[in-house]
Amino acid sequence: MSLLLAKADSGFTPPSAADFEFQPIFGNSIYFTKPVFMVFLSVIVISVFFITSARKAAILPSRMQFAGESVYGFVRKTIGEEVIGPEFMRFMPFLFSIFTFVLVNNLFGIFPLLQFPTMSRIGFPISITICTYLVYHFVSVKHKGLLSYLKEICFMPGIPKPVYLILTPVEIATYFITRPLTLAMRLFANMFAGHLLLLIFTLGGEYLLHSGLIFKFMSLFSFGFAIGLTFFEFGIQCLQAYIFTLLSALYIAGALADEH
Amino acid sequence: MNKSFSILAAAESAHSPVVPQPAEIIVGLVAFTILFLLLRAKAVPKFEAAYKARTDAIQGGMERAEKAQLEAENALRSYTAQLAEARGEAQKLREEARVEGAEIIEQMRTTAQEEAARITAAARAAIEAERQQALNSLVSEVGSIATALASKIVGESLDDQVRQSRVVERFLSDLESNSEAKK
Repeated sequence: MSLLLAKADSGFTPPSAADFEFQPIFGNSIYFTKPVFMVFLSVIVISVFFITSARKAAILPSRMQFAGESVYGFVRKTIGEEVIGPEFMRFMPFLFSIFTFVLVNNLFGIFPLLQFPTMSRIGFPISITICTYLVYHFVSVKHKGLLSYLKEICFMPGIPKPVYLILTPVEIATYFITRPLTLAMRLFANMFAGHLLLLIFTLGGEYLLHSGLIFKFMSLFSFGFAIGLTFFEFGIQCLQAYIFTLLSALYIAGALADEH
Repeated sequence: MNKSFSILAAAESAHSPVVPQPAEIIVGLVAFTILFLLLRAKAVPKFEAAYKARTDAIQGGMERAEKAQLEAENALRSYTAQLAEARGEAQKLREEARVEGAEIIEQMRTTAQEEAARITAAARAAIEAERQQALNSLVSEVGSIATALASKIVGESLDDQVRQSRVVERFLSDLESNSEAKK
């Protein structure tokens, strides 16, 4: 990066967090920015696609039904059934919504014209995290009762007493702070960093293109890198959607488990 | 190092990317809730229904196939049994037919023999009758011939012996009475 900067002299302004700020599209309401529109667009795209593909529920699926079922079946089998176990059906709408919502909003990052991963605005990962957070605490309280749930967190059974001095704060922090924080941060940071990388190589390539002859040649590499990274980003975007859903399922599974 | 510092500086000058905007959290919650409600109502139940229908169809299909195979096996077994039975039956029928045929032949032979015997007997009777008839006519003829012979003999040696004449006379009368009785 420093090499790039050296070549670019002082004329190049590197992409920064400011590139993730959007002015309202019309008016000056904070509810009319590009990311907000994209989030609602994702809701429309996802619901239209899955509702139309599921509508017929035919035994012999059409191509579209098959596509929808593949995504649903993936979440159902690898996340629902395998992580949560027999009671997974209750949580399928929730897990399926998380997966598709995160996935589509992530993929917006490399989708032509949109090209911005909504989840790199930390407010959106936080909103889904709030849902997961509420769900797994609610399930725990309902399944175990409030007191025994708190007791399980504060005094994990089968541990020598002095250890509680360290373990109890750690457990409390895990359940109430670390889990939601890491869940939201992981998604946000991955999307943020990925988009920043793409911006650097694209903007850098563009800048080089307007420089001297050798630099024009160099810009090819920069654009090439941006294209390669786009594929890489695609993988990360899918993976992060999967991880977010998987962790949500794991927390729910933990809430349903009787003992540690 | 410098670079990251400048990013941070820029971030602070604008708006820190790790500090959420409440508006976006609200939008995210609303959007996610809408999506969740839609998928829960319209997509997930349908997908599950399709899965269930398909599982049932496949299981039902397999059960049907098993049943069909069982039926086919049973049918084959019964056909084989029937075939064997039919073969046995045919064998029995052939045997019976042969026996019957032999019997018929035997019977016909007996009948033929009887017929032959009857014909023979009839022929023999006819021959006997004819012989009798011939004998009768022979007797009468013999009588006339004898008479003729005798008349000749008598004519030639009538004066020889009277006694002889009487013998002939008696003989003839005997013969006559015999033929009379036959009539």
